[in-house]
Amino acid sequence: MDTCIEKIRAIGADLLAKGTVEKVIGFADGSIPMATRPVALTSDKDVGKLVFNSVCGLNLANYVSKNSLSKKEGKIAVVAKGCDARNLVTHIVENQISREQVYIIGVPCTGMVDKRKIAALFEDEITGFEEDGDTLTITSASKTETVKKADVLRHNCRVCTHRNPPVYDVMAGDPVEEQTLDQPYEDVDRIAAMDPDARWAYFEKLTENCIRCYACRNACPLCYCPTCFVDESGPQWVGKGQNDTDVATFHFLRAFHCAGRCTDCGACVEACPMGINVRDFTRKLNKDALELFGWEAGLDLDKRPPLDVYSPNDPNDFIK
Amino acid sequence: MNFITIDKKDWAPGVDQSRKTYRVYGPVEDKNGCQIKPLAPDMQPKMDAPVTVMSAKSVLFPQTEKILTATLDESKEDHHVMKPVETDDMPRVVLGIRPYDAKAVHLVKLNFDNPDYKDPYWCAAYDATTFVGLGVTRPGPCDFSTAVGSGPFSEEGLDVLMADMDDKYLAKILTEKGEKWAAACGFATAADPKESQVLFDVLKKEAEKQIQADVNTDKLAQKTILDLYDAPFWDEVAFSCINCGTCTYVCPTCWCFDIQDETRHNTAVRFRNWDTCMSSLFTHHASGHNPRGTKVQRVRQRFMHKLKYFLDKYDQGIMCVGCGRCVASCPVNIDIREVCNRMNDYETTK
Ligand code: SF4
Ligand code: SF4
Ligand code: SF4
Ligand code: SF4
Ligand code: SF4
Repeated sequence: MDTCIEKIRAIGADLLAKGTVEKVIGFADGSIPMATRPVALTSDKDVGKLVFNSVCGLNLANYVSKNSLSKKEGKIAVVAKGCDARNLVTHIVENQISREQVYIIGVPCTGMVDKRKIAALFEDEITGFEEDGDTLTITSASKTETVKKADVLRHNCRVCTHRNPPVYDVMAGDPVEEQTLDQPYEDVDRIAAMDPDARWAYFEKLTENCIRCYACRNACPLCYCPTCFVDESGPQWVGKGQNDTDVATFHFLRAFHCAGRCTDCGACVEACPMGINVRDFTRKLNKDALELFGWEAGLDLDKRPPLDVYSPNDPNDFIK
Repeated sequence: MNFITIDKKDWAPGVDQSRKTYRVYGPVEDKNGCQIKPLAPDMQPKMDAPVTVMSAKSVLFPQTEKILTATLDESKEDHHVMKPVETDDMPRVVLGIRPYDAKAVHLVKLNFDNPDYKDPYWCAAYDATTFVGLGVTRPGPCDFSTAVGSGPFSEEGLDVLMADMDDKYLAKILTEKGEKWAAACGFATAADPKESQVLFDVLKKEAEKQIQADVNTDKLAQKTILDLYDAPFWDEVAFSCINCGTCTYVCPTCWCFDIQDETRHNTAVRFRNWDTCMSSLFTHHASGHNPRGTKVQRVRQRFMHKLKYFLDKYDQGIMCVGCGRCVASCPVNIDIREVCNRMNDYETTK
């Protein structure tokens, strides 16, 4: 695969050299195998630090609203996969930033890999990770494994139907072919088919190791409330301990905040140190948004999100 | 010093036998990665597990721990009077703890058990606990324990140190607690002390050789706090941080906690929870003022505490045992090794 990185670097260098943008936010190589880190570059001389590969699983839109765009700052360029760009659109639609403040360097995306799936192929720790087109070579002290990227894709990337950014200023490569899926919500349907007790048990088991670090929340571009309900201390809405009800309350409320806004980017799952698939909560809401309102988040700068607008065709009775 | 060998086929029966006297903790593997947990009666520790995501910190310092309780029933004479909760003082043993995690207990002890202050809950748990370590023969890419005064076969804080010899464990009994545990398991096959020590030394050397960390702390003590505090690199270090607190929760040496009261019907409980300096709530004053109101201030706090304040206060090295968990778990790959070197190498131009 051409990871577009040369193009991304050239675009970034040009934007910085001409002063079109103040910063370029992208990914740089990490210090351990399979790690990359978000960086903000201000000099065209540094663009060589940028990388783009299958382990750029976080969502860089997160750094635009929360980190850098104070009113006085100028334009910022962001390297954006399909999902990152959709979250930028959501930020614009929700008035967190204006369209003029961001310069979207769109990257046609072929998906990100599931690091846990890869780690599970080994008994010991991974010491090396190489990517060559669709082939990944992973090493540990005891062995080397070669796998096809397609076999270790993250679940959200396997079901992604918007790999190309819907909105961008420049594209760093030719668009990739979008997938069409027979059963896009097979995972949700499987959980929905359980009887209520089994379903409850499923979610209890899902979150049993949650340490409430809130990495899932903090990695998500949607979570930008100045004070999150779990951090509010006067009044305090939710208990802070490891009590099951409090843990569940956090997860339910977080998920509902994402209704009609989640782009299924998977950054929340990527960030969770305990490997909890918190998308099991948000996926159901994405499915509802699609089925009830024909809505997918972040595709259109000119449409209001479904929970933000009155429509005479609203599927709910109470509103009529 | 006394050495024993434990045949691996005697291991599980021995662990089972010890359950009469001990509550047994050990590495447990599930879909969310390996953790140190109390073992159910039918469970055996997964001794060959890779590094656990969470450390053994919670054995002595649970993430949520009930400490006081009171009745709110006004017909009772002692209503609204907080009283200690009954604690379970049964001896416990942590099997397969990594040597650096045992060293971490020693660092945490400086905070919970010192001449000025003794935390009754932590101290009681500490007294009741035996640490049986397993030397690390294949340190991973995040391990830099040798650079910070610990190492794959370090003995500090351990009661027993074991080495995996394929079909058996070779165990070095380090304390009286360790001796009692071995007796409770019925492990009594003596090994030649001289030969065993030679073997341990070889394994230790081999393992230490595999750690290539280049982390230097030698110049931290001579810098002033304010020089480091005002250093120009904090914005850059903090840029990618999402303030999730993962690094502090997975850390075996982070000890901050928060006290909370909750009531349910007629019962009130006071408990403490792990807290994290990465959270804005951590320093949020009742007045509304927050002295560490921005992300960069919080990130700086974490590194200054671990690498400078602790060092200055206790003169026992830095507050880090090099386990590398924060490096492995940080979603944005903020690497304490790089930050440490940056602080160590920083020279002011003043
Ligand atoms: S969700 Fe789609 S756009 Fe986002 S990383 Fe996966 S494949 Fe790429
Ligand atoms: S990131 Fe994982 S462990 Fe942390 S709060 Fe979210 S689900 Fe829980
Ligand atoms: S909830 Fe998770 S998948 Fe959805 S937008 Fe946020 S980080 Fe992405
Ligand atoms: S784990 Fe990383 S991102 Fe999270 S608070 Fe720590 S340094 Fe910041
Ligand atoms: S600071 Fe990081 S490397 Fe050091 S002890 Fe804590 S988790 Fe381990």
